[in-house]
Amino acid sequence: MLEKAITGDKRYWGWIAFVLMLIGTGAIAYLRQLDQGLTVTGLSRDVSWGFYIAQFTFLVGVAASAVMVVLPYYLHNFKAFSKLTILGEFLAVPSVIMCMLFIVVDMGQPFRVQNVMLYPSLNSPMFWDMMSLSGYLFLNVVIGYMVLSSEKKGIAPPKWIKPFIIISIPWAISIHTVTAFLYSGLAARPFWMTAVLAPRFLASAFAAGPALLILIIFLMRKLTRFDAGKEAIQKLAVIATYAMCINVFLVLMEVFTTFYSGMPEHMHHFEFLYVGLHGNNTLVPWMWLSSALAVVALVLLLTPKFRKKEVILGFACIAVFVSIWIDKGLGMIVAGFTPSQMGEVVDYWPTLNEFMVSIMVWGIGLLIMSLLYKIIFTVRGETKPALEAKEDKKELTVPSN
Amino acid sequence: MGIDRRKFLTIAGLTTLTTLGKTVLGSSPAGHDPIETGSQAVKRLAMAIDMQKCRQNEGCVECTKICHKIHNVPDIGNSKEEIKWIWKENFEAAFPNQHHDLLEDEIKNNQVVVLCNHCDDPPCVKVCPTQSTWKRESDGIVMMDMHRCIGCRYCVAGCPYGSRNFNFRDPRPFIKETNPEYPTRTKGVVEKCNFCAERLADGLLPACVDICPEKALIFGNINDPKSEIRQILKSRHSIRRKPILGTNPQIYYLV
Repeated sequence: MLEKAITGDKRYWGWIAFVLMLIGTGAIAYLRQLDQGLTVTGLSRDVSWGFYIAQFTFLVGVAASAVMVVLPYYLHNFKAFSKLTILGEFLAVPSVIMCMLFIVVDMGQPFRVQNVMLYPSLNSPMFWDMMSLSGYLFLNVVIGYMVLSSEKKGIAPPKWIKPFIIISIPWAISIHTVTAFLYSGLAARPFWMTAVLAPRFLASAFAAGPALLILIIFLMRKLTRFDAGKEAIQKLAVIATYAMCINVFLVLMEVFTTFYSGMPEHMHHFEFLYVGLHGNNTLVPWMWLSSALAVVALVLLLTPKFRKKEVILGFACIAVFVSIWIDKGLGMIVAGFTPSQMGEVVDYWPTLNEFMVSIMVWGIGLLIMSLLYKIIFTVRGETKPALEAKEDKKELTVPSN
Repeated sequence: MGIDRRKFLTIAGLTTLTTLGKTVLGSSPAGHDPIETGSQAVKRLAMAIDMQKCRQNEGCVECTKICHKIHNVPDIGNSKEEIKWIWKENFEAAFPNQHHDLLEDEIKNNQVVVLCNHCDDPPCVKVCPTQSTWKRESDGIVMMDMHRCIGCRYCVAGCPYGSRNFNFRDPRPFIKETNPEYPTRTKGVVEKCNFCAERLADGLLPACVDICPEKALIFGNINDPKSEIRQILKSRHSIRRKPILGTNPQIYYLV
């Protein structure tokens, strides 16, 4: 079954070559980082985690969101998701791998990573995060593979896989909870030290994940014969809508608690994000863009008339995804470190090198996802020859008079 | 003389059990009051910093100079990547919760010596995923193994005092004069003040305490009621950095 990943038309190989090129370019930047150290990043003694750890946090959410198709199908027997569960699981696999890679590229001594296993430290959330992420990776690889190979043979999946699937549901919740614990357990960082962080992470994940899945479905419909069906897409949209509402609600809870209590140590971080602190406005436009996109997304998603129109739904999904990416992938980590322990605001922005290394990791994720999705669609006989796709594209670009 | 298999297994089993029990229950017996028991008490090293004496000598950085010299602390010359074991901060930066606008000028304008607090409940130790940093049982010093550290900087995030430093680049070219008695570090690891554990082992005081021209740093076993540090803490008003966080810092500032 795996060999399906290495058979394909020109278009497929062209894409793979492009992704490999991205990875290669990023790898050069990573070699530079290995050689010179993390000095090639924008990080400092005050903002000691940045873009890498933020991407890790965001992607744990994408990985966990697979549960939003697995749960309705396996627990509620929601048939419309039958074709989507593997897509969710095979989105989780590259996401978890990217998470792990983002942790590794953030390390000062990546060749010592085995020390986490050699000296297991049960009191460190990072140890638990590693355990839960690797467990989740294992579950999704096994489940995805078994279910798809049964589908190929035209038989029902083996019975023994069912407990794995059931366990994968709370396990998905656990990966993002433990990720939140990495931050929310630190007395030193008032911005993160909030019990609502884990719920907020989960809510934003369950909005951004399904939004991404909808966009992937739209894209796959163009590139392959795959069609998830209207019902599945609309159900995903409803899930993203609820999750986005809860996410925005939880953010507003934070804002109230912080500003009504008026504790300066808590307020400063929010001020840094939304109005700037000590003349530093680096993230202000980004955070307001994130807020604006959240509002737009909510208006579009909450109005059934808009949500049901696929073009508008597509825009809403992009808005959800970008809004949450800015919040988690840009603001969340840096704001925890700003102001610093000494009350200073130290500039941070990822350097080009840091960005290129991130492109390497994203590229590896894209590559794995492309290979896995290729296997799915080939097994299902849903691939579409390049010629046909081209015609489709032509149809799309024809201006409507 | 030889140990038979059965005896060996018994010993091995008991050792494992004791180690496990120790890890689970913690090292100090419950209900044990170290101060009451006097000489039998576990040693707990701490430092008192006399801010009155220290501020007499404005601009003095002797403690920083000697510490950084003997510990091969690099001078990166870039505030973002600076490595600091002991240094001076503004009063407000060191004590954000104690500061107010009407505070007497001499305190407000104080330059406060700061270093690792060698907390009794160190958050850096709690978060470290490789046990590269730990609290030494014999005297409470928060130690650091730079050969095991993976450079994840979780301890940097966990420390409320900004006392932990990361080597963003190879520090060796930035050491003016290498002290062969103390190791240099590689890039990508964390380092911090070790209360001069290497000097204590030779029966010496920490270098900063030794060199301070104002004799403003008092170092000793806080569990010994007769120690100088205990006497001075009894007679003078002292504060600690961010005690509200529950880290139980062991650097005491005499106001």
